[in-house]
Amino acid sequence: MMSNPYVPFPSEIMKVIPHTKKEYTFRMKFTGDVKPGQFFEVSIPKFGEAPISVSGIGSDFVELTIRRVGRVTDEVFEHYEGQSLLLRGPYGNGFDVSLYEDGEVLVVAGGTGVSPVRGVISALAAMPDAKDKHVIVGFRSPGDMLFHDDLRDWAEKLDLILTVDGAPEGYTGNIGLVTKFIPGVKLRYVEHAQAVVVGPPAMMRFSIMELLKRGFRERNIWVSQERKMCCGLGKCGHCRIGKNYVCLDGPVFNYTESKDMID
Amino acid sequence: MGYVLSSEGFSKALHELGGSYRLYAPVRKEGEGRFTDVDVVRYDFVHEAGEIELSTKSDYAFKEILTPLSETLFFFTEQSVKDADKDTSPVIIFVRSCDLHAVKRLDQIYLANGKAEDWFYRRIRDSVRFALIGCSESCENGFCVSMKTNRADEGYMFSVDEDGGKFYVDVKDDEAAKIFAAHAESSQPVTARYVTENDTDVNVPENVPNSIYKSDIWDEYTQRCINCGRCNFVCPTCTCYTMQDVYYTDNGRVGERRRVGASCMVDGYTNVAGGGQYRKTNGERMRFKVLHKVWDFRRRFGYDMCVGCGRCDDVCPEYISFANCVNKLDAAIKEAGNDE
Repeated sequence: MMSNPYVPFPSEIMKVIPHTKKEYTFRMKFTGDVKPGQFFEVSIPKFGEAPISVSGIGSDFVELTIRRVGRVTDEVFEHYEGQSLLLRGPYGNGFDVSLYEDGEVLVVAGGTGVSPVRGVISALAAMPDAKDKHVIVGFRSPGDMLFHDDLRDWAEKLDLILTVDGAPEGYTGNIGLVTKFIPGVKLRYVEHAQAVVVGPPAMMRFSIMELLKRGFRERNIWVSQERKMCCGLGKCGHCRIGKNYVCLDGPVFNYTESKDMID
Repeated sequence: MGYVLSSEGFSKALHELGGSYRLYAPVRKEGEGRFTDVDVVRYDFVHEAGEIELSTKSDYAFKEILTPLSETLFFFTEQSVKDADKDTSPVIIFVRSCDLHAVKRLDQIYLANGKAEDWFYRRIRDSVRFALIGCSESCENGFCVSMKTNRADEGYMFSVDEDGGKFYVDVKDDEAAKIFAAHAESSQPVTARYVTENDTDVNVPENVPNSIYKSDIWDEYTQRCINCGRCNFVCPTCTCYTMQDVYYTDNGRVGERRRVGASCMVDGYTNVAGGGQYRKTNGERMRFKVLHKVWDFRRRFGYDMCVGCGRCDDVCPEYISFANCVNKLDAAIKEAGNDE
């Protein structure tokens, strides 16, 4: 009989990186093919499973950035370096980073939506023409920022616009929704530029409107959808949108496809 | 091979089959229905032919043996994980044509959507075979003719039709043929009865434009539907489930992982971390369900998911008719087409 895809495997927690009180990155031992944008089902026996996107990839690890918002993730936060979590995956298609190698790219990411594109942004930062790669990252407030080390690194290598929706008096950085900064991005050939948009549904909708207004071609826009998959295997049904299953056909979709996907 | 059996002969044949197979069939449970003194017909294991309800459509579908409402997948004790045991001894499920067509839909999702088969479904599916119950007349609310599921020519071991105290069986399995032949009064060609018309006709739209997703035809269901999800739980083709872990000791060290039937009509189905929810109104949920059954599934797999059994219409406490909804959908699409 074939192996049972529902059986999770144990993976050691190599490192825990806190970002905020509620958001930690767990570096998990894993060797195997994995792409940014894919996800794992993180499993705590007796508590449940939760789909978590891959926020970083190394030769012998994957990083999962987890927000403490539910029964499973609360329990994950009770685990420490040296202990292990159960995983299954990776699932989903993930981003094809090779599409973004040549020419201009604009990534628009909001909140925890930065997780699934973190690997993409890091890849962009390492490209020879990194100055043509533009990234707008938005968080709710300065205290909600994730990936501080990366933000510093990205700011040096590519065109990073970091913004917050709101901030206490005296904050000197950008304030405003990510959409506010899309018109100002310096692009030479917008009709050839690629765009990646990941974040909460409203942020994605309005960002795409701005991108289209700027002249981005629909076929050059890529989005990643968030749903609560129970299986990751195309069976449980929770992530279906129209004829597509986010866990099988996504979570990354081209806009020409996703624009007709109505929840 | 067809045979005619007396009531006694049929009982003996089934008894003999029962030696090699468990028999899972619709059974009338007297007084166990939703209202006082109302019966319910639902599936159960039977030992005698007389226990099988052959004349009335079951209120609940056969699928509960393949996809139980609550199915334990794993047991967790301390550090060990163990697959839950399952009785996978051979079983014959008695189904009508619509339900036999529904099996194909269940297989499609659990075995052929995505690269991986569902291990737990496969485990039980391999031990299941089917017996076809013929339909001499249309059931109330059924629209199998519209869905082209009124007739099943294959996929069963044998069929059974009762008529005037005699049992007519069309047998497609050699082993079963020997058993039926031994108890038969005579041998003659038998075709399982099937209906050629229903009281309810449904016009399934050939093409569904995207504009219909935002149409106001769904609004009435926001008013009428109470999102109880019964339509999903009686549907022979609904396959959705939710994972559920539980622990049952004070120290939390022992527990299990289950999957339980999920309904796209019920609150929580589209919840994501942090409180987001994709379909909040019942109208949106109705649209999601109805379009899956007569459009989205077809877009992916080439045929419609709905088999026209009509159980969703039978069970709805708000008297919402799926069949009517599809007809309204079709009319709205045609009307929009005429406007262009």
